[in-house]
Amino acid sequence: MLKTIDIHINGETLCVPENITILEAAKMHGIKIPTLCHFPDQRVKANCRVCVVEVEGNRNLVASCSTPVREGMKVRTNSARVRETVQTILELIFANHPQECLTCIRNANCELRQLAAEHGIREIKTDMSTPLLPLDNSTPSIVRDPNKCIKCGRCAEVCHQVQTTGILYSHYRGINGAITPEYGKTLAEVACVLCGQCAAVCPVGAIHEKDDTAAVWAALENPNKHVVVQVAPAVRVSIAEEMGQAPGTIAVGKLVTALRRLGFNKVFDTDFTADLTILEEGNELLQRLKNGGTLPMITSCSPGWIKFIEHNYPEQLAHLSTCKSPQQMFGALAKTYYAEKSGIDPKDIVVVSIMPCTAKKYECTRPEMKSSGYQDVDYVLTTREFGRMLRQSGVDFKALADGEFDNPLGISTGAGAIFCATGGVMEAALRTVYEVVTGKELAKLEFESVRGLEGIKEATVDLDGLPVKVAVAHGLANARKVMDKIQAGEADYAFVEVMCCPGGCIGGGGQPYVTKRETRMARMDAIYQVDENMPLRKSHDNPAVQQLYKDFLKEPLGEKSHHLLHTHYQKRGL
Amino acid sequence: MEKLRKAVGDIVSELGPEKGSLLAILLAVQDASPESYVSEEAVNEIARLLNTSRSMVYSTASFYSEISLMPRGRHIVRLCINAPCEDAGKEEIRKALEKELGIKLGETTQDKMFSLEGVSCLGACFMSPAIKVDDKVYGDLTPAGAVRVMRELKEAAKNEHIS
Amino acid sequence: MSTFRELDGYDRVFNFGNCDSSVSLSEYQQTGGYEALRMAIGNPKQALEEICRAGLRGRGGAAFPAGLKLKMMQGNTEKQRYIVCNADEGEPGTFKDRFIMNHIPFQLLEGLTIAAILAGAENGFVYIRHEYPLAQENIKRSIAEAEAAGLLGDNILGSEFSLHLKIFSGAGSYLCGEETALLSSIEGKKGRPRVKPPFPIEKGLWGKPTLINNVETLANIPAIIAKGSAWYRTLGTEDSPGTKLISLSGDVKKRGLYEVPFGTTFREIIENFGGGMKEVFDLKAVNIGGASGVVVPPEELDCPMEYGKCAERGITIGSGAVYVMDEQRSILGNVHNRVHFFLHESCGKCTPCREGLRQVNRIIDRVTAGEASLKDIENLERFTRCMQEASFCGLGQAAGNSLLSSLKYFREEYENSCVDCVEKTSERGELC
Repeated sequence: MLKTIDIHINGETLCVPENITILEAAKMHGIKIPTLCHFPDQRVKANCRVCVVEVEGNRNLVASCSTPVREGMKVRTNSARVRETVQTILELIFANHPQECLTCIRNANCELRQLAAEHGIREIKTDMSTPLLPLDNSTPSIVRDPNKCIKCGRCAEVCHQVQTTGILYSHYRGINGAITPEYGKTLAEVACVLCGQCAAVCPVGAIHEKDDTAAVWAALENPNKHVVVQVAPAVRVSIAEEMGQAPGTIAVGKLVTALRRLGFNKVFDTDFTADLTILEEGNELLQRLKNGGTLPMITSCSPGWIKFIEHNYPEQLAHLSTCKSPQQMFGALAKTYYAEKSGIDPKDIVVVSIMPCTAKKYECTRPEMKSSGYQDVDYVLTTREFGRMLRQSGVDFKALADGEFDNPLGISTGAGAIFCATGGVMEAALRTVYEVVTGKELAKLEFESVRGLEGIKEATVDLDGLPVKVAVAHGLANARKVMDKIQAGEADYAFVEVMCCPGGCIGGGGQPYVTKRETRMARMDAIYQVDENMPLRKSHDNPAVQQLYKDFLKEPLGEKSHHLLHTHYQKRGL
Repeated sequence: MEKLRKAVGDIVSELGPEKGSLLAILLAVQDASPESYVSEEAVNEIARLLNTSRSMVYSTASFYSEISLMPRGRHIVRLCINAPCEDAGKEEIRKALEKELGIKLGETTQDKMFSLEGVSCLGACFMSPAIKVDDKVYGDLTPAGAVRVMRELKEAAKNEHIS
Repeated sequence: MSTFRELDGYDRVFNFGNCDSSVSLSEYQQTGGYEALRMAIGNPKQALEEICRAGLRGRGGAAFPAGLKLKMMQGNTEKQRYIVCNADEGEPGTFKDRFIMNHIPFQLLEGLTIAAILAGAENGFVYIRHEYPLAQENIKRSIAEAEAAGLLGDNILGSEFSLHLKIFSGAGSYLCGEETALLSSIEGKKGRPRVKPPFPIEKGLWGKPTLINNVETLANIPAIIAKGSAWYRTLGTEDSPGTKLISLSGDVKKRGLYEVPFGTTFREIIENFGGGMKEVFDLKAVNIGGASGVVVPPEELDCPMEYGKCAERGITIGSGAVYVMDEQRSILGNVHNRVHFFLHESCGKCTPCREGLRQVNRIIDRVTAGEASLKDIENLERFTRCMQEASFCGLGQAAGNSLLSSLKYFREEYENSCVDCVEKTSERGELC
């Protein structure tokens, strides 16, 4: 049984579990203590100090996030002493922070601005100065504004512990301290994979997605352009959250209507090309198994992951499936197959993606992503940017009626939907590969062993007497572990799924604030619900995909596929 | 470049290719460098050998004031800038040194002979003002005395050059 | 009441011998050196009791009871443990550890070895600041000699105890004097403090229980064991037994390192050890405890150097640095120097210390330039209070000590330099 102790907060006696912090104890009893560096799922940093409280018997205030409770402890969270100190800390931060709240990208959800409001900061009583450090907008994905950085260290923790990309870290010391790549390099100059997890945890406007909404507005306004949009699987379980509803709210139909309201000519679905990916990738796997190709084969849907392996394991690129990601397959088909079918000159087609991801912004600019003769995908918006466009255009999201995706690139199955959760691509592939190999129908579609938030999941699937060992990793720290095993020749997997972000795309760097473990769970549960609700749940059952092969591609791994749907990789190194 | 890789490699294998050896490695690499600093190539090589990120190595290197990321002179002259030395005439010593060397605090002479740095307390407050030249501390210093120390070093270098 | 007491040879904890050289191993052993180690090996339990009874407290600044720390180490069941000697003497105005390492290395090593045996640590580091190359060399050489003599290494003096010691060089960071920052530094990281708890005795170096003690603390141990806690307690006071090494500098006749029994007043330290003021000028203020210490006026100097009494008076003994300023000296100049020091040495981890110092520095620059306003002085006080209340580590909390104490005792110097100081402006007749 959990042992409890009595502590006193603001004169109230509270019964709390032992071995927790003052901050946790206070939260349990509805007492809010401000925090800035604290982030769910991260280690305690205790460096912002806005969570200080008074503990009887202590000479100075203590940080509630790092101080464990003890029997009989007397705590005050709102004394004049605490209030003055917290206000002073906030004032000290503001005194060295750009005074641009009104125009800051985070003005609606900045944690610092929120604290200033809650703590009644009305005046900065000392001289304010703004450092004038150069902005880093060297990549298509992420913008870093070091002037706004409050040195909380959340981004560095994600970058080193969760992703092991090791790009952002705190350098120098004292007032010169800065969280940057080494030598103050830009993100383009280092092995950053542009996953945007740093942006997802930044409490202020110091790291954020590059905003491409203006370009999309311009395309929508242009009468000579036919603007089509594709929506990633993850967005259907996060856009409602972005618009103020609970995490895990499903909004497939409203999402379609919202996009139509914005003025897109066609509303298509990345789930369609997710299904297509399964057919190409599944066949590629079968071929490799049959012809003694490089195994394990590793999935290639996640552009952050691709950039990671190119930088960190340049000798292992043969393991990657040559399949493009669903986003890029979509772009290539939109400007060929769809252009042909609809009789629109591909030069007049603008392809916009709504993605949970910042790395996708970079992926669409990779030079090889021009199979149609044009840049296949023109603009990528994150879920957050999409939300911004909806708010700007006055869409009352909750009140929208359900709409239907357009044909043919809007037809999909449940297998395509689950692509956005860790284990989802694996599960979708197994559904198809099993049936193709065995010729039998699966009794149970759910492969529970590859679901869930465990870092590395392994399973062995029996393909009618042929045991196939598979592994699933999400978050690059886990991917690194799997890659080290593969590189050392110690992995006996046939097929490995890797997603760059923890939880998969539902936890992507472009998703609504704040993504923590519970949010990931809620979004995951929601996407499996979406899958269950679908009439078709296996990629090879997708009639539009079947039609595509019949009319256009002819066969999986065929010549057209090779040209439009497959790609190659680049040894980048560090 | 190859030479540097070898030098760094030797140091790392001697001190142990563990992250725990990082600070010792950085100091040793700096000591081995003719320009008394840790270059970017060295940072990258150390990161590779310790199997850690470059930013992690740089983070440690950039934190400590006795590690330089910029090339320095052959002799490093450290002027104590703390209160006891300050009050005992540090400013006069600084001016004399700057004039004699033709550089400002924090700079290196063009001939790469001297770097002049400030330092937080040399533990020589009983003989302030003090400077430390390479490993040797000079206390109870006058501006003229400081100049003399510099000239002796210049002289020694000249003789070395001739022989 | 005079408490002044010159120590004779027997009463000394430290015998620096001829201060121009290092006491050799044979010299040290001839004068009773390494007797204590033999006694501790023979009866470790009693050795620990002696340390506890002696009331030895940490000499690095925090004054934590050394015996208690050792007992806490013994309470831990983890096999792999470390001992770390904190020789990162960075507190400006302090040179005691440097003297110990340069002149009586074996006394330090003996104390360190005894502490390691009592703490159950078989591996250890002496973390010496990079600014002390000679001390590094001397300790390195002394470790080798002690090993060769069977006083260090495997099976010390034929016993089951072993201790493997290594030198670890700092690299120029005052903050590494903070014990957890020092541990991070040994682990190859930036010298930034870590969250406590867990304390180093629970989870220290590489997550293992680690005993960290200052050089002076460890060097006290041989005498305590060899001569006994009763003898030790004849020195100093009930509250603070033993002696303290005082680094005396500034405007006194005889600057230097003095072993001073606790209980001696600061005035006695200046008059009797330091020989009084150097010049004809009067004493204006004394900076006690280094940059992180306080600035006090002559009236405070009758306070005995003793932890309890000093705490009551708001005086921090700290590392034992005593810096004397005569009336020619500017308090503002001194504080300005201290603030610059901390600005340079703050690790930048926590907001109050980093941002507080940024603002305090700006204000103090203005104050010394005569451009500050009275409102600035208010802010100065508020920001410093915030640093003290909310900084992550002890060093940040102490960074404003000299500022706050000087504001307490010498406020008029600040106010007189303000542009809107009423008194000053009316003197000039500008307001009339």
